[in-house]
Amino acid sequence: MSAPKAHTEMLPRSVQFALALGLAALLLFPVAGSDFYVQMVTRMMIMAIFAMSLDLLQGVTGLVSLGHAAYFGVAGYALAFVTPADAPVSLWWSLPLAVAGSGLVALVIGFFVVRTHGIYFIMVTMAFAQMVFYLFFDNKALGGSDGIYINFRPDASIFGWLPFDLEGRKTFYYVTLVLVVAVYALLRRLLWSPLGRALAGIRINEHRMRAMGFGTRGYKLTAFTVAGALAGLAGYLWGAQTGYVNPELMGFHMSAHAIMMVILGGMGNFAGAIVGAFVFEYLLHVFKDMTKHWQLLMGGFIVLVVVVAPRGLLGLFGQSRAPVGPTTMPPPQERPHG
Amino acid sequence: MDFATFLIQLLNSVQYGLLLFMLAAGLTLIFGIMGVVNLAHGSFYMLGAYLGYSLSAAFDNLAWALGVGTLLAVAFGFALEWLLFRHFYHRDHLDQVLLTFGLIYIFEELRSIVWGDEVHGVAIPALLDGSLPLTDTLSYPIYRLFMSGICLVIAAGLYLLISKTRLGMKIRAGAFNRDMAESLGVNIKLIHATVFALGVGLAAVAGMVAAPVSSVYPNMGASVLIMCFVVVVIGGIGSVRGALIAALLVGLVDTFGKVLLPSMASMLVYMLMAAVLLWKPEGLFKQ
Repeated sequence: MSAPKAHTEMLPRSVQFALALGLAALLLFPVAGSDFYVQMVTRMMIMAIFAMSLDLLQGVTGLVSLGHAAYFGVAGYALAFVTPADAPVSLWWSLPLAVAGSGLVALVIGFFVVRTHGIYFIMVTMAFAQMVFYLFFDNKALGGSDGIYINFRPDASIFGWLPFDLEGRKTFYYVTLVLVVAVYALLRRLLWSPLGRALAGIRINEHRMRAMGFGTRGYKLTAFTVAGALAGLAGYLWGAQTGYVNPELMGFHMSAHAIMMVILGGMGNFAGAIVGAFVFEYLLHVFKDMTKHWQLLMGGFIVLVVVVAPRGLLGLFGQSRAPVGPTTMPPPQERPHG
Repeated sequence: MDFATFLIQLLNSVQYGLLLFMLAAGLTLIFGIMGVVNLAHGSFYMLGAYLGYSLSAAFDNLAWALGVGTLLAVAFGFALEWLLFRHFYHRDHLDQVLLTFGLIYIFEELRSIVWGDEVHGVAIPALLDGSLPLTDTLSYPIYRLFMSGICLVIAAGLYLLISKTRLGMKIRAGAFNRDMAESLGVNIKLIHATVFALGVGLAAVAGMVAAPVSSVYPNMGASVLIMCFVVVVIGGIGSVRGALIAALLVGLVDTFGKVLLPSMASMLVYMLMAAVLLWKPEGLFKQ
C-alpha cells in the first residue's frame, strides 16, 4: 500500500489559531447552549477522542484499521458489566479497567493483525472486529443483540468526597472536554517522541526502518494497543453518556465513520481528527433532520469529499505552505505489479 | 450425525461455498487487477437480489429473469466504472475505501426508495420446486442443487475465460505488468472496465440465485461483504484459485459449525482466518 497522503504534522499558525478559538468556544458553549445541544456537543467530543485514537494508526503509522470500533465497544460493555443495576460504579476503578480491557483486546488482536500489510490489514482488522461483534451479538449472557442498559453514570466520589457529579449534563460536558484536551496533548507529545518518529518512519518506509534496526512489528503493536486503549476511553464515555450499549457500537459502520472523520479533517496531526469528528457528526445531525433519505446526502457528501478534497479539510489550510522537515512527503510508491 | 444428515450438510456447505466464491472472485479480481478496494461489492449482491425479485415477478420465467438481470448488472458495472472507479485506480487505498463506503450509503438509500424497507420473499420457480429424496425420511431441495450447478458452471467459465481465452491472456498481462501490456497494444482501459463489469455481474448473479433461498432484505450486502473479505484474505488477494478453495473451506466450517457448535458458529470462520494468518500472513495462495 502506498503511504497515505497529506500530513501536516506541523500545524500552520492559522490552524493553531482556529484550534484555540474552537477551545474557547467549547469552554463557553454550555453557558449558552440548551441541554440538547450540550449533549450533542458532548457526543461530538467523545467521537473526537475516538477519531484521534484511530489517527494514531491511520495518519501517523499508515495503518488503516477498519475494525477500530471493536475497542470502542469493548470499553462501553465493560462499564455496563461492572455497573450494578441499582447503584453507580466508582469512576476511579471502572475507567482504568475499561481502558485496560480495550487495550488488552487490542493487544491480542494486534498480535495477529500487525503481521499483515496494506489492504490485508484493512480486511483483517475488519474481520476481527466482526468476530468481537458476533461474540456480543450472539451471546445472550453478553446482552445479545438488544444490548445492555447502564442505569447510572459512574460515581466520582473519593472516600465520600464528591469532586464532580457526572450525572450533571454540564459537568459531564466539561469532564469530556478536559479529556479531549488531555488526549490531544498526549498524542501530540507522542507524535514528536522517539516512538512517534519511529511510527511516522514506518508509515513512510517500513522496509527502510527495519533495515535500520527498528523492530517494526513491536512498534506497530504498541501503536495498535495505545490506539485501542484510547478508543476504549471514548467508548467508556459513550456508555456513560447514553446509558446504553449495544453491538452496533462495535459494528462496521462505527469503524467506517471513524475512518471518515479522520480523512475528512485531515490525517496525521490529531487536530484534523477533532475537526473531522465535529463536522461529520454535525452533518449527520443536519442530514437526518432534513430528510428521511439522509443516507443519500451523506453518501453524496462522502463521494464529493474524496473527489474534490483528498487532503481533508485541514489540508485546505496547509496547502499554501511548503511542507517542512519531517513532514516532507515520500516519493509516490509504485504499485507492485502482479 | 448419520450419513444422510452429513450428506445434506455437505451439500449445503458446498452450495454456500460456491456462492461465496462467485462473490469473492469478483472482489479479488477487481483488487488483483486494478488495485481497487471495493467495499461496495456487497451492494452489487444486494442489487442482484432485488433485480431478481423484480424481474422474476415481471417475467415469470427464470431464464429470462437471470439473463436480463445479468445484462442490466453488467451495464451498471460499465457505467459505474466509467463514471467513478476509473478515476480511482491510481489513488490511495484509503480514498477507495472512502469512495466505496459513500457508495454503500447511496445504494442503500436508492434501494430503499425503489423497493422499500420491508423483507421480500422470492418464489422458487415451479420447475425447480421440490426435493430429491436421499433416504426415506430426508430429502434435499432441488433448487439448492440448481444453485450449486449454476455456480459451478460460472466458476468453470471464469477459469476458461481467464486461462484459455485471448481476453483472459490480456487480463493476466495487464495484471502482471500494466505498462508493458499497454505498450504491446492491449487496451488496458477496456480490460479494466470489462473486469469491473464482470465482477459486478458475478456479484449480481450470486444475489439473483440466492434470492429465493435467503429472501431479499435491507443491508443484506454487509454480512456478505465481510464473508467475502474473509474468503479473499484466506485465499490470498488476487488469486481466483485461492478464492475457490477458501470459499469452500469457509462454507464447510460455517455450515458444520452451525450444526456441531451452534453457540460459536458465527465466530468459527474468523478463527479459521486467524489460524491461517498465523501460519501464512498473506493467505494460502498469494499471487
